[in-house]
Amino acid sequence: MRKMIEGSRAVAEAAGLCRPDVISAYPITPQTHIVEELSQMVADGDINAEYVRVESEHSAASVCLGAVAAGSRAYSATTSQGLLLMAEVLYNIAGMRLPLVITAVNRAVSAPLSIWNDHQDTMALRDTGWLQLYAENNQEVLDMHFQAYKISEDDRVLLPVMVCMDGFILTHTYETVDMPTQEAVDAFLPRYDPLYRLDPEDPYTLGAYAGPEMYQEVRYELQRDALASKAVVKEVARDFQAAFGRWMGDVIDRYRCDDAETVFIALGSVVGTLKDWVDARREQGEKVGVLKLRCYRPFPLEELREALAKAKQVVVVEKAVGVGGYGIVAGEIRAALYGQASTPPVSCAIAGLGGRDVTFETLDEMLKRARGGESDFFAGLRTELLEAS
Amino acid sequence: MSAPKFAYETTRGFLPGHRACAGCGQAAAVRVIMEVVGPKAVAANATGCLEVFSTPHPESAWGIPWIHSLFENQAAVASGIEAALKKQGKLDGVKVLAFGGDGATLDIGFGALSGMFERGHDVLYVCMDNEAYMNTGVQRSGSTPFAASTTTSPAGRMSFGEDRPKKDLPAIAAAHGIPYVATASMSLFADLRRKVKKAVGTRGPKYVQVHVPCPPGWGYDEKLSMEVGRLAVECGLYPLVEWENGKVTRVRKIKKVPVEEYLKGQRRFRHLFRTEEGKAQIARIQELADESIERYGLVG
Repeated sequence: MRKMIEGSRAVAEAAGLCRPDVISAYPITPQTHIVEELSQMVADGDINAEYVRVESEHSAASVCLGAVAAGSRAYSATTSQGLLLMAEVLYNIAGMRLPLVITAVNRAVSAPLSIWNDHQDTMALRDTGWLQLYAENNQEVLDMHFQAYKISEDDRVLLPVMVCMDGFILTHTYETVDMPTQEAVDAFLPRYDPLYRLDPEDPYTLGAYAGPEMYQEVRYELQRDALASKAVVKEVARDFQAAFGRWMGDVIDRYRCDDAETVFIALGSVVGTLKDWVDARREQGEKVGVLKLRCYRPFPLEELREALAKAKQVVVVEKAVGVGGYGIVAGEIRAALYGQASTPPVSCAIAGLGGRDVTFETLDEMLKRARGGESDFFAGLRTELLEAS
Repeated sequence: MSAPKFAYETTRGFLPGHRACAGCGQAAAVRVIMEVVGPKAVAANATGCLEVFSTPHPESAWGIPWIHSLFENQAAVASGIEAALKKQGKLDGVKVLAFGGDGATLDIGFGALSGMFERGHDVLYVCMDNEAYMNTGVQRSGSTPFAASTTTSPAGRMSFGEDRPKKDLPAIAAAHGIPYVATASMSLFADLRRKVKKAVGTRGPKYVQVHVPCPPGWGYDEKLSMEVGRLAVECGLYPLVEWENGKVTRVRKIKKVPVEEYLKGQRRFRHLFRTEEGKAQIARIQELADESIERYGLVG
């Protein structure tokens, strides 16, 4: 059914349609409406779930961990500081190979305190073993939840998935979305039926410690299966198209890239801005295109190499700072292209931190500076505010 | 008359062959607890001695489904298990347990524990109180008693050891108004058994804190664990109390032995017997015991 709703509401409805047995969340600053909407749905009996109102994000993740280990489907949503507070548990969930989906609303991290959008929170957690999907718009983010559970619970994967959506830009924006029916979601996403669960009739010990003779092999399998999960991400995207009649992308998407000399790479909602900007600059004769990195973990190495084989210049729009280093996503793109037949210069353009708008002017600045040979810079910086170094 | 049964014949919950130290108080306590709880149970265990000595992969001493996640989240993990079993309609037949040491319980996992109490989960939380971080090398915790020397509250020329009294977590647990709170000792099996039985027979959150002597951490001969634990109770420093819905309902009366009897055999208190200032601290410890005896009416 098509309806005009807020992004948070869309995600809450989508999460509800996934029939989570246990929902656990904490309203840390900042929180979104997602878990409030879900609370109301539970209070009204619209969804049948145990809602566990915890005292911290650390416990929210831990409650989900326990629920999944006991054989139930679980859900949580968080953002920013809350996501960072979960970090230790997130590593643990992935290491224990427990399938779980959380919505990570992308917002800046403190200090200074900011509730506005950027990607510094989820980027800090890219190495946890969680798969990370980044949504461009509200239709994509709601559809991603159905796909995320299916990917996560696949026997070939058994890894948790983080659905990343931009705070405010998506969460607080009203858009027309097509909300599938419960029957359609049920047909696409069967009930969670784990191989192992905490069951007194068939007792298992979960979470035993591993000594130096064994730990490395467990982490190897985690890495092996995370990389291999790319095939499942693609397969589930095709299954989704077959079931719902719309293609929402798999690992990367290309927009006007075929003859593009300069390819911009971005994650999340800024891709939408970039598409408009590409259209506008194309009219002025600029051969620019945009590559959307929809699936950041697993990292789509081969797809990126192929997509960038003809590019003369690459600009990565980074909404995060790898402080003390040279580009989180850009660094990986550079590594991906290293040793290839075509190795275009890759510029890391940091922008949009803490809710700063990424405008056409910002993108023009990026293009100009990248063409001028700058490899690492902040775009849209208010230099008049800077203290002398 | 049939032959007496060994633990592994009376319970499949916690089996022998684990790697606890000789004389370990908590290994004995868990065996007794699991005999009472029975096999229809699920346990979430904090990082700590119990976790490490019972589950070095690929070995496990647990005959019940058991999960270890992290150091501080066992109360939340148990909450999630309970919520899942409730949703699955299986909670009636299954007891959900959480185990944590005193560091995991009184310190780093305190917030999660309070949350579990407040939300009313049907979980029995058992704190294995050996009064310091034993698994990592005897560092002080919020449960370390006054004047004990640990690796991070060592006695020295300017210090008599831990300078603060033990955190009273049972009273804090009781202040949540949960249905059942008890303190117990590994040295008094019948009393421990009765309390665990009462706890698992009660709906809602339950907290049982068991005093579990630790030969290497406290510094005494491992064959004396039962005696050391008994003296802690009998001198009044470890009062055995039960609370129901926030009110004290029962205490175990004691003979009242002087605290020196309990302190003198332990390396962690040895420094107190060597100086005049140390002896003054022993007098202060006696006052703490007397206060506890007075508060709970342990004598008479």
